Amino acid sequence: MTISTTIDRPAARFRQIRVERLVRRLLQIALVVLALLFLTAFLIVPLVAVFYEALRDGVGAYLESLQEPDAWAAIKLTLLVASIAVPLNLMFGVVASWAIAKFEFVGKSVLTTLIDLPFAVSPVISGLIYVLLFGLHGWFGPWLIEHNIQIIFAVPGIVLATMFVTFPFVARELIPLMAAQGTEEEQAAISLGASGWKTFWLVTLPNIKWGLLYGVILCNARAMGEFGAVSVVSGHIRGQTNTMPLHVEVLYNEYNFVAAFAVGSLLALLALVTLAAKSFIEWNQRRSRTSHETITGEGQ
Amino acid sequence: MSIEVRNISKTFGNYTALKSVSLRIDGGELIALLGPSGSGKTTLLRIIAGLERPDDSDAAVLFDDEDVTWREVGERQVGFVFQHYALFRHMTVFENVAFGLRVRPRSRRPSKAQIREKVRELLRLVQLESLEHRYPTQLSGGQRQRVALARALAVEPRILLLDEPFGALDAKVRQELRRWLRRLHEEIHVTTVFVTHDQEEALEVADRIVVMNEGKIEQIGTPDQVFHQPANEFVMKFLGQVNLFHGRVEGGRGIFGSLVLDSGGQELADARAARLLVRPHELDLLPSPNGRPSVKVKVTRIQAAGPVVRVELADERGQQLQAELTHAQRRELNLTVGDIVHVSPRDARIFVDDYSI
Repeated sequence: MTISTTIDRPAARFRQIRVERLVRRLLQIALVVLALLFLTAFLIVPLVAVFYEALRDGVGAYLESLQEPDAWAAIKLTLLVASIAVPLNLMFGVVASWAIAKFEFVGKSVLTTLIDLPFAVSPVISGLIYVLLFGLHGWFGPWLIEHNIQIIFAVPGIVLATMFVTFPFVARELIPLMAAQGTEEEQAAISLGASGWKTFWLVTLPNIKWGLLYGVILCNARAMGEFGAVSVVSGHIRGQTNTMPLHVEVLYNEYNFVAAFAVGSLLALLALVTLAAKSFIEWNQRRSRTSHETITGEGQ
Repeated sequence: MSIEVRNISKTFGNYTALKSVSLRIDGGELIALLGPSGSGKTTLLRIIAGLERPDDSDAAVLFDDEDVTWREVGERQVGFVFQHYALFRHMTVFENVAFGLRVRPRSRRPSKAQIREKVRELLRLVQLESLEHRYPTQLSGGQRQRVALARALAVEPRILLLDEPFGALDAKVRQELRRWLRRLHEEIHVTTVFVTHDQEEALEVADRIVVMNEGKIEQIGTPDQVFHQPANEFVMKFLGQVNLFHGRVEGGRGIFGSLVLDSGGQELADARAARLLVRPHELDLLPSPNGRPSVKVKVTRIQAAGPVVRVELADERGQQLQAELTHAQRRELNLTVGDIVHVSPRDARIFVDDYSI
């Protein structure tokens, strides 16, 4: 700093700037620390606790509780439900967002609102709707019994409830993306003689593939983790209609903590994998966007 | 291939884009659809392409006298170049140009080697051979434009349609591409229609110009005709700068303040409201009236940088006028700002409202 003892104006101004900068820096640090504390308390500690509890009696006990027949049945059921619900919602999501983003039609805003409905309704109510429709005393109950078809307290009901709860994910992801891309590329493809089907496969789909994958991953995470809606329709039959989240609850209520947390740890792992995949996709999207934009040379 | 459209009307909701438009374009012509935004020119182009449908059932679009009104765009064999190019962003330049050939049904699809050869040939034509592996985002505006053109030409279109082909480019690139398009047209000679709102572009490039306004055609003619013999006031105003005088017609003469003009060749009925339109280069500047009909004006600004000298003038009521002189004329007049001179129209057109008495 200056050696002079007189307080000249530039020096005072300089000091003031330094103080302001320091305050700003402290504020930044304070906010970051606050955010980290919050994350630790509400996310990291519970996550660590899940794995800690699951491994409390060692790896052997952990693996054993996963191999237990009912636990294994729950894992298989969850995978089955997700493998039906996710592809169907993928198709529905693509079709719905294609229609909404690329065409004008009457009732478009109604459809857009309906897609959001599962987000607005409590999952328990979502499950209850199916009980009221297909349950023993529901609208179609007597007909279903007559024809020996079981939906409620069976796998079809679980699939339906899961689909209802997860159907906004893909569409929500794609609608803004497709709307932003407009229809000019499709028109160009059609004018070049491509059929509608080829236009979709060669032009539309490649343009939305990352957004689609993102939506599918979120959809899958929710499909595997859904509790409320599935709980209502499943009937909690051990080894038959218990999905992983339901099985965790059953085990916990039986004070079988190690097994409960062991199954829970799988769901936690799924969350971690989902987050990693999501980050990877976002990174990839950014990369493909920037790498194309290094314009070299103007060759007019 | 000739194009004919008959009785084309098109509305979008409450908005009328085209009002019963009919037009015939001969094979091999290069036509400009010229008009301000909202004049319906792009809609007409899209209807010719098959990207939009006309409203009425008596409307018709004919290619070489063959009715294609209800045929899909993909079946019309038109090359369409979109205003923002609409290049496939996930495909390279090569793949973009090859697209139209690759999506053909297997029976009509050329072999891989043939496609390669054809694409290379087109890229040579648009001077982009070295960029075939680039993605659209790695190209400049002018390069994208030429890729779009090559892609449209790949399907060997019978008609080439371009929507504001130079709209999104900067002035210099625009100039070059215009001349290039003209040369390309002379080379491949496919019937071409392009939409533009830039009169200079239309005058420079097109064989014939279709001037449009508010969903109707105002005039069809060669650049020379629409510029020198405008059919009406709109065409005259749209195709270049004009000076406007308000006045009336009495006894076959136009009276615009101190300017009293004989009708010249024009048949003039008496009218209470008439307008005199004079282009800046058709306005003579005189030191004294010399017996010619003239208006006394003051020079307010001289802009001498350029091939002509632009002079801004103001009459006694403060109305602004513009004139264009050669540098030699200016020297002769020894013109400076603040001078009082007399302007006299050398060539002028008087327009009278239809509804006036």
